[in-house]
Order: sequence, then structure tokens, then C-alpha cells
Amino acid sequence: MTTTTTTPRGRLPLPERAARLTTAAGALATAASTGLAWTWSSDFPGDLTYYGSPAGLQIVTLAGGLLTLLFALAALGLRGLQWLLPAGRNAPTLLAALGTFAATWFTLGAIAVQLGGLVNLEPGGAVAGVAALVTLLGALSLPPDQPDATAPANPWQRFTAALAATPVRRRTRELPSWAEILVIAAAFAAGLLVFTYGIDTDDGAPFVGYLLLVVLAVPALNRAGLINRLTQLTHTHRGVALGAAFIAAACFPFTQDTDQYTIIGANILIFATVALGLNVVVGLAGLLDLGYVAFLGVGAYAAALVSGSPESALGLHFPFWAALLTGAAASLVFGVLIGAPTLRLRGDYLAIVTLGFGEIFRIAMLNLNGTTGPDITNGAMGIPNIPNLEIFGFNFGEPHDILGIPVATYGNYYLLMILVTAFVVLVFRRAAASRIGRAWIAIREDETAAIAMGINSFRLRLLAFALGAALAGLAGTVHAHVVTTATPEQFQFAGPQPPNSAFLLAAVILGGMGTLSGPLVGAALLFLIPAKLDFLQDYQLLLFGIALVLLMRFRPEGLIPDRRKQLEFHETGQLDVPDQRLPDTDATLGATKAKA
Amino acid sequence: MTTPPTLAPTTDNAATGDGTVLKADGVTMRFGGLTAVRGVDLTVNTGEIVGLIGPNGAGKTTFFNCLTGLYVPTEGTVSYRGTRLSRKPHLVTQAGIARTFQNIRLFANMTVLENVLVGRHTRTKEGLWSALLRGPGFKKAERGSEERAMELLEFTGLAHKRDHLARNLPYGEQRKLEIARALASEPGLLLLDEPTAGMNPQETRATQDLVLAIRAQGTAVLVIEHDMRFIFNLCDRVAVLVQGQKLVEGTADVVQADERVIAAYLGTPVDDTPTDADPETPPAGAATAESAESGDTP
Repeated sequence: MTTTTTTPRGRLPLPERAARLTTAAGALATAASTGLAWTWSSDFPGDLTYYGSPAGLQIVTLAGGLLTLLFALAALGLRGLQWLLPAGRNAPTLLAALGTFAATWFTLGAIAVQLGGLVNLEPGGAVAGVAALVTLLGALSLPPDQPDATAPANPWQRFTAALAATPVRRRTRELPSWAEILVIAAAFAAGLLVFTYGIDTDDGAPFVGYLLLVVLAVPALNRAGLINRLTQLTHTHRGVALGAAFIAAACFPFTQDTDQYTIIGANILIFATVALGLNVVVGLAGLLDLGYVAFLGVGAYAAALVSGSPESALGLHFPFWAALLTGAAASLVFGVLIGAPTLRLRGDYLAIVTLGFGEIFRIAMLNLNGTTGPDITNGAMGIPNIPNLEIFGFNFGEPHDILGIPVATYGNYYLLMILVTAFVVLVFRRAAASRIGRAWIAIREDETAAIAMGINSFRLRLLAFALGAALAGLAGTVHAHVVTTATPEQFQFAGPQPPNSAFLLAAVILGGMGTLSGPLVGAALLFLIPAKLDFLQDYQLLLFGIALVLLMRFRPEGLIPDRRKQLEFHETGQLDVPDQRLPDTDATLGATKAKA
Repeated sequence: MTTPPTLAPTTDNAATGDGTVLKADGVTMRFGGLTAVRGVDLTVNTGEIVGLIGPNGAGKTTFFNCLTGLYVPTEGTVSYRGTRLSRKPHLVTQAGIARTFQNIRLFANMTVLENVLVGRHTRTKEGLWSALLRGPGFKKAERGSEERAMELLEFTGLAHKRDHLARNLPYGEQRKLEIARALASEPGLLLLDEPTAGMNPQETRATQDLVLAIRAQGTAVLVIEHDMRFIFNLCDRVAVLVQGQKLVEGTADVVQADERVIAAYLGTPVDDTPTDADPETPPAGAATAESAESGDTP
């Protein structure tokens, strides 16, 4: 394919307007095709045999098609839709089209493979496939958003150029305050909807289709500048945004009829809360802790021992608040015991010591079984039958009607965990934005300079370590009640199922170190994806590793980057960054600097 | 920077009147068999600017590190306002000695304002509980710290860059920010380690004005520098350190006239021991600084 014209062209030789119209028409056809039957057999998960009512993976395609259509129409200049594209014009359309195409063709492929051959496809499926392909071809013909002076030579470079991000093009209209709050509320409601749909989809193929679309649609929204816009709004209305996020999260159990998926929700919250606690240690204070799950374990075991399990060696039954404090205090004590001798070490040494502690904890719990040691933890059997919580006569084990909607056991625990998470979020935010938080970051940035500024680095590191441990212990208490058994094998360094130390660290780094929402998002993804991709079995950890490598290569600052980290990694794309001078600084500075 | 805006004198530094701020007594620092600093005595009085010069590797930075507690001197004592200093560097800062570094050590990924706020650490007390509970005391302290930090940024001329990341500042402003951060700890003595390294003449003059303005607040200054014009314009007294030993101490005239100093700088060996005793002096950039200043020495 050769392009001789000077005007930027897409990858396919099609006039720009024609390309837009093709994309829009294709997207419309794709969305419409979900009203047809894609297969005649109801064996495929989701039952895609009905006319006029999209189901299962068809809904994914429908959502993708509509998103592409909206972007394409906005790019065509349709009035009233311009707010959709404050930054990029064509890259969002292309990404959305790509996501829709991937999800649709994956579905068709899955039908053919699972049911044994292409004969299982109805004509509706073929229509969907062709429409998605046409949309993608149309989107590929769109010119890149940023015409590059040096025309990239090979097709791959041209493709990545078409996906490149663009700075905000048009000024977004100032909205009244109430409208901004409404936008935030709508965004969180949409987020809840997408997330709930993800949790509710069946394991296996339907989830993969959903994941394909989400993985490509999120960057599409990002390229369009919408995520940036939302971030700005949440920054101006921080309190409202936090409230909206928690209300949206608290709504989740009310969307569920059974406990099948609320247990995933409750576990995600436990995992996310622990990840946020780890973020104090790793993200703020910069201490690499490879045995953090042990503190969750200490909390869980402490709670298990005092919560009235018939197998408990202590035979105590504390009320919940006392068990909660016991769990947190036990973890705090262990945090200080481990931290005090080791936190004088720097970097790698600390990582090795914490790794050792994590394993020592697990093995000690195995050995305190009455034969190889005193009988405290029941060894590999663990402490089973931890009774359900009861707070003010509200038994968590029984279904309750809240606002007229029945919420079962795990729904109750989910709601309790929301409160615990909210508490940890509050602690994290307040600690980070204070004298103590600044000192932590200073130690992370340059310990010698921090000491020279009068910071007692050992004490502050110990404080971070102890606070992180106490927060994990808090989550561990609820964890013990949710899983009803505390066994050593739940608290490993690495394993296919979260929570374990490796996954916790991955959640923090994937999500974004030092941020509030980063570990929450990272933890949600790291819990949900393995839970839904159970059918991969042994390949799960392999894929997890590959995904981690790719993410660290292309987005080292994490999914939700710290403002600072983002600048650090993507400031100029250069290795040796010259100082950015503003026009008002001394012009002669450059000459001296070159000498120095 | 032309005329630095005035800054309210810090708490008790100006009040004590004349007297010794810093007294180093026979400070010796050995690294194994290597004696980097050998029996150096030095006093700095209130309101003085004292210069510390010497060829590269003379042990100037090592001496600084002994004063601030980053190194524990093998022999000798360091006292601040008559009390012997602790060996913990953070307590030295708490006592009232702040420093900058030869190779700039800012908190690169914190904003300009946050850098200065970290400097306030020793002068505020709000702990974790206070931060979590956010009582009125916490808010008041935070506001106070921020006001003081903004004053210092005005003073150094960086107020318009308060929300920039420290790493994005041009070199000269990074030096100024490091000084502002050190001043935030309300020191009675400020140690500057080569504050004009790599600066052009205008910037050097601006730094000179800044140091004079700092002295005017009642903070004594001890400065290491290779730029002789800067040193002799600024300092009340100059001490010359050669191969870890103090060679001369006196006014600019005395030091400039001393033959041994000239000999030490122009290369006539005074001693046979090797001169690379200063472990902290980086080799890069040293040559240019050296050649530039040799022209300044009479």
C-alpha cells in the first residue's frame, strides 16, 4: 500500500468521510445483528438462539457496537455528542471497533470450537461477523489523530501511530456543580454496571469475550479524553466522588439474587483492603515486603482463636469489635517484632527477611498442632467452624431483607467489608497527606537527604510497617469469618489463588504504587480474572506472568498511576531528560549547564 | 535573583547575640588506614559566614559529614551552641544544623512545596494519630507549615513553581530549592556544600546575595566552595583544608597571601601522601571547577 498524498491517511485507501460513514454504518449493523440468532443450539453458554433479545456474549457485542457508533457519530460532527471526544477523534473509534471485532469474532470462534464446527452458526452470526469486520476496516481507514511529519514506514508503526494518545483538543464546557456531581454519579453507576456484569458472567468463554471488549474499550475511553475528564471532576469533588464510589460498591449485593457471586465480591474487598495496607508499606514508605500475607494470617488466626470456634485452643468467644481489635493488635505486635530488628536494613535485605517471615509464619502455624509443638492452631486442619458474626442481634449467617431486598450471608459480609475498606481508605488518605506521609515519601525518594532533614528514618519506617500490618490484621479478622476456617495454606507466598504475598504485591504494582484507587482496581482485577478463568487451570499462572511482564513493559507506572510516577516514566520518552526550562528562566543557563 | 524579600528572623537564632554556634574540636575521620580528616578545629560564631576551601579530595565534604552526624568522627567532638552534638544525623538537624549536598539531593518526585514541607519535619510534631483524627491542632500546624514554606519559597524566588516536581526544575533552581528546604528546619547554622558548582557568573552572584540575606536573618553559614571570588567576597573567615589538615585560617587577605595555600592549589606538593582522601567527591565536573578557579587565585 502506498500513499503519495501529503494529507494523513489511514491504513486503507478510503476518503476520510467515507471511512467515517462506513464505520458508523458497520457499528450500527453490528449492534443490530445482536438481535438475530447466532447459533441454533442452546448448548452455548448464554443461549444465543433468540431473535430480538440479545443474550450472553451478544450483549457484549451490542455494548461494543453502540460505543463504536457513538464515537463514530461524534467524530462525524454530530451536534450534542461532541462531549464524548474532548481529546482524540479517531483513536477511540478504532479501539472501540477493535474491541467489538475481537469480542464478536471470539464469540463466533468459541461457538464453532465448542459446538464442533462452523455449521453451528446461524446466518445472524455471519451478519455480526461481517458487520464487525466492516466496522474495523472503516476505522482502520481513518487518519491518525496526530499527523506525523515523518511518515512511519511499516504497517505496525502506522497502526500504533493511529492509536496514539492526543492532548485535549477542545476546552470542555464548564458545568454547574450539580451537573458535575451528576456526571460523577452516572460514571460510578456505569462502572458498577460493567463490573457487576463482569462478575455475573459465566466462567470461561463469556468472560473472555467480556474481558476482550473491556480491555480495549477502557483505552478507547482514555484516548477520547473521557477518563481524564472524569479524573478532573473527581479531583474537584473528592468527597462526593469517594461517597459515590462507596455507594456504588455497596449497591452490588442488591443486584444479586444468590450468594454465588457475592462471595467473589466479599473476597475482592478483603484482598483489596489488604493490598491498600500493603500500599502504605510499599507505595508510600518504599519498603519491599514479600511476606505481607502473613499479617493477614496473624489477624485471621487471632480472630479465629477468640471467636468461639469449637476447635479453638483458647475457647474464647469475643464480640466482633473485640475480635477485630484482637486481630489488628496481634498483627501490629508481629509487625513491630519483625520490623524492629530488620528495618535498619535497606532494600533487598528487608525483602529477603520479610520473605522468610512469611514462610516461617505458615510453617509455624502448621507445626503448632499438638504433636510437633503445642496444640494451638490444629496444624494443617486449621481452625474450622468459625461461627458467623452476630452484631446487635444481626446474624450474618442468615439472609436478611435490607430495603426489601434479600441479602444472604456473603452479601452481609460484603457490606461489612465495605465499612472496613472505607475505614482503611480513610486511614490511607489521611496518613498519606500529612507530615508523616510526606516523611515516608521523602524516605522512599532519598533516605540520606531525608535523614539530613531531621527525619528519624527507622522510626518512621517502623511506623509504616506497623500500620500496614495492623490494617492487614483488620482485614484478616473478617477474612476468618468469611471463609470460616483459618488454615496455613491460605497464606502462602505464591499460589494460583489470591490472596498471597505475590498477588498482593502484584495488585499494588499493577494498580499503581502510592495511589488510593490503584491497589483497589489492581486487586479487583487480580481476584476476578483468575476466579473467572478457572478453566485455564495450570496455564493461569503462566498467563498471569505474561500479563505482568507486558504491563510492566508498556505501563510501568501501573493502571492508575500516581501523578508523580506518570511524569517519571512518560515525561519525554527519553532516557536522559534535559531540564525543562520555562521561557522566563535565564537564557544563559543552558551554556553553563552544558559545561557542568 | 536581585533583592530577596526579607524573611522574618527565625525563632531564637538572632536572640542569642554573639557566641559560638559551632565548635569542632580535633575532628579526625579515618576510613580503615586512610585518614580523610586529621585533627581539624573550627569555630563558627553567630552571624558569621565561614568559608572552607581546599583542593579536591582535601576532606571538606567528609568534614561536613562529620559535623552533621552522617559520619561518626573517629576522634574529636563537635558541639553546637555549647552542647555536644548527638551522633544521630536527624538529631543534629533537630538541634539546628541544616545542610545541602554537593550533588543535589532533592526529593525528585515531590513537588517544590512538598520538598520544603519535609524540611519542616523537625519543627512540627503532628504524629500519626493527629493525622488520622485531623483535629484543629493538625489543621493549624499544617497551615502554619505551609505558610512558612511559602515564605521560604518567596525568599528564594521559587514561589511561582510551588506545584512543579523538583526534578523538573532547572539546575540553578534546584540548588535554591535545596537551600530553601534546609532553611525550613530553622537552622542556627547552615552548611552549604558547593552551592555554586556549575553555575554561571550571574547565578553565582545571585547565590551570593542569597547567602548574605540568610546571614541577615541571624543564621550562621559555613560554606564549601571552589569559586574563590565567591568565597572571598562573602566570607568573614576562610579555613583552608589540605589533605585532611587545616592549613591556614583567617580573613580573605591572610589566606590569599599565604604561600602554602597557593602551593597547594597550584600543585607544588606539600606532602607525599596521596590526595584522593575524600570519598564523597565525585570525579565528574571536578576538573572544570578546578581549572576555572585557578585563574581566580592570585
